[in-house]
Amino acid sequence: MIIEDLLLLLFASAAVAGAVLMLVLRHPMRVALALIATMISLGGIYGLLGVHVIAVFQIMIYVGAVMVFMVYAIMLLDVRDPSFTERYSTLLWPGVAACTVLAGVLVGAAWQGQAPLLKGAGDAFGVQAFSVAFLDRYWLYFELTSVLLVVAVLAAVAVVKLRSARRG
Amino acid sequence: MDKTQFLLWVSLVLFSIGLLGLIVRRNLLVMLMCMELMLNGVNLSLVTFAQRGGNVEGAVMVFLIFIVAASEIAIAIPIVLLLVRHRRTLDAGAYTDLKG
Repeated sequence: MIIEDLLLLLFASAAVAGAVLMLVLRHPMRVALALIATMISLGGIYGLLGVHVIAVFQIMIYVGAVMVFMVYAIMLLDVRDPSFTERYSTLLWPGVAACTVLAGVLVGAAWQGQAPLLKGAGDAFGVQAFSVAFLDRYWLYFELTSVLLVVAVLAAVAVVKLRSARRG
Repeated sequence: MDKTQFLLWVSLVLFSIGLLGLIVRRNLLVMLMCMELMLNGVNLSLVTFAQRGGNVEGAVMVFLIFIVAASEIAIAIPIVLLLVRHRRTLDAGAYTDLKG
């Protein structure tokens, strides 16, 4: 039990450290690597919580698909412009002030709120429960996600076509 | 500290850092990645509540959110490519004429 707590603390601090590195690093590729570290740590947290399905999807979809796509885009767009030499925009101090206010409001709300009283089940649910729920009750939404992905692909192709049409 | 409370604090921190990064960074791709960080923070709180309640519906919803995030990125990156081909810069400050 104590090892699980220590691992949870380790993964959580790694996730927060990766997020902080995202703020301070200059090159987009390093920011992407910091984000990948954060996502893998979150996958570890999900695994420790017993939600193994989500942990696998976190690694497969986020790190395996989304971030690889992002890394490709960074390699494609290696432009050295003002956004590379100067990290922060003119909104730095207003942004910091606004985020401090927001974080203060959230911290205040979290401080006053009670811990959720859902101590009922909390046991691990595996692939079987997830798949049964998905294909038994939520099959329509599962099909709708495929429609959404097809529409996203069509939209990406349409944007590329727009580019070539404007060029030609 | 309670484990649920601790994870909710972590998700709050991730969301705030992502929002701060979205506001203060200049690079369009870094801003997109900060949006992903905000989404990850919210996902962490959703998974925490779902695991605490022991209902599988939360996991189903997180999966749907993953799909939505993937399609969001699939559309956002071609738009960024289009903008960069147009102006040759990734600086968000160069696109102020997109203001309404």
